[in-house]
Amino acid sequence: MQQTRAVEFGTGLFVILGVLALFFLTTRVTNFDSYSGEEGYTLTGRFDNVGSLKLRSPVAMSGVTIGRVTSIDFDNEMLEAVVTMRIDSRYNVIPDDSDASILTQGILGGQYIGLEPGGSPEYFADSDEIQFTQSALVLEQLISKYLFSQGDKKDGE
Amino acid sequence: MKRVAIDVWYAIQDWLETFGASQIFFVRLLAGVPSALARPGLIIKQVHASGVLSLGIIGISGFFVGLVLSLQAYNSLAKFGATESIGVVASLALVRELGPVVTALLFAGRAGTALASEIGLMRATDQLSGMEMMAIDPVRRVAVPRFLGAIIAMPLLAAIFSAFGIFGAWLEGVVILGVDEGAFWSQMQANVDVYDDVLAGVLKSFVFGIAASLLAVFEGYNSIPTAEGVSRATTRTVVLTALSVLVLNFMLTAILIGKV
Repeated sequence: MQQTRAVEFGTGLFVILGVLALFFLTTRVTNFDSYSGEEGYTLTGRFDNVGSLKLRSPVAMSGVTIGRVTSIDFDNEMLEAVVTMRIDSRYNVIPDDSDASILTQGILGGQYIGLEPGGSPEYFADSDEIQFTQSALVLEQLISKYLFSQGDKKDGE
Repeated sequence: MKRVAIDVWYAIQDWLETFGASQIFFVRLLAGVPSALARPGLIIKQVHASGVLSLGIIGISGFFVGLVLSLQAYNSLAKFGATESIGVVASLALVRELGPVVTALLFAGRAGTALASEIGLMRATDQLSGMEMMAIDPVRRVAVPRFLGAIIAMPLLAAIFSAFGIFGAWLEGVVILGVDEGAFWSQMQANVDVYDDVLAGVLKSFVFGIAASLLAVFEGYNSIPTAEGVSRATTRTVVLTALSVLVLNFMLTAILIGKV
């Protein structure tokens, strides 16, 4: 009897340890909290080009993460990318003429959506659309723009 | 030349026979699961035998794997001035690959051999035939509880391995090498995904658990009832488990990455 109890005690301890390890892996090691966005509201934005923006990329205002990208779709009629993002309900006084642009963290970092506050007295509400958007910068386009402008300058001289 | 071809053909035939027999045995085990669940005491005892008693080797191995991952990643990343990323490197490597795979390999060595030789000895000493004579189905009484116990133990062991590994990586990286602690954890949290990484790892270790325990129980149950037969069954358990875990690992990884 004593032996069985020791076995059961050890097994219980082992299972608890295993579950604790899983709990540690999900909460401490991963982006688990970015999924628990139960309270919040969604905004959409239309972009000509989303670059390498990904699902769950941050949405930041003044560099502070206030939400996450929840879906990136392609609108077949308007031929634009439609980005849906979920904003934490704590940040509910964002002027509705704020503009969204796709920016890059650091040189090699991932891309995120930066919100610039506007001056409107009205605030964004759930499922509003951001009117002013700026696409991701594409390196090739920048370079070709620069090269063409250099070519034009030469022609002018 | 012709002899070689015939030998190869026999080897293939032999392998296919073993594979088919193991799959039929798998179905028998599954059929026995409901009646085994009615006696949880037996399963608890087997979780103890294959899980609790493997804790030491799993924890220590995970810890040292974490240490060495951290040290290697630090030396490579120092060239790019990105030593804060060692947390990401170590945790992704552990959670996605090393945790499930190394745990399964260690499990085959620690628990799989014990299962195979125990059941093989039961066969060799006619205990299984004795049960059959008493109208007790030895598959349900002996094989299924061991099979289930190992399946329950494996994902937990893999999680413990990864957790100890990350602790080792933290100890080596932050405490010994002096990487910034905040960057270590925050980069890890920004780059490791709950579903794509952690849950995928748990799924992998669950599948490996099924493969490892099926092979151990199958080899033991079908061993030749001699001393040599038991030793052969034990060896085959380790070899077959290692091979099938590595092959399954590639297939599962391809499927899981293809889906994302």
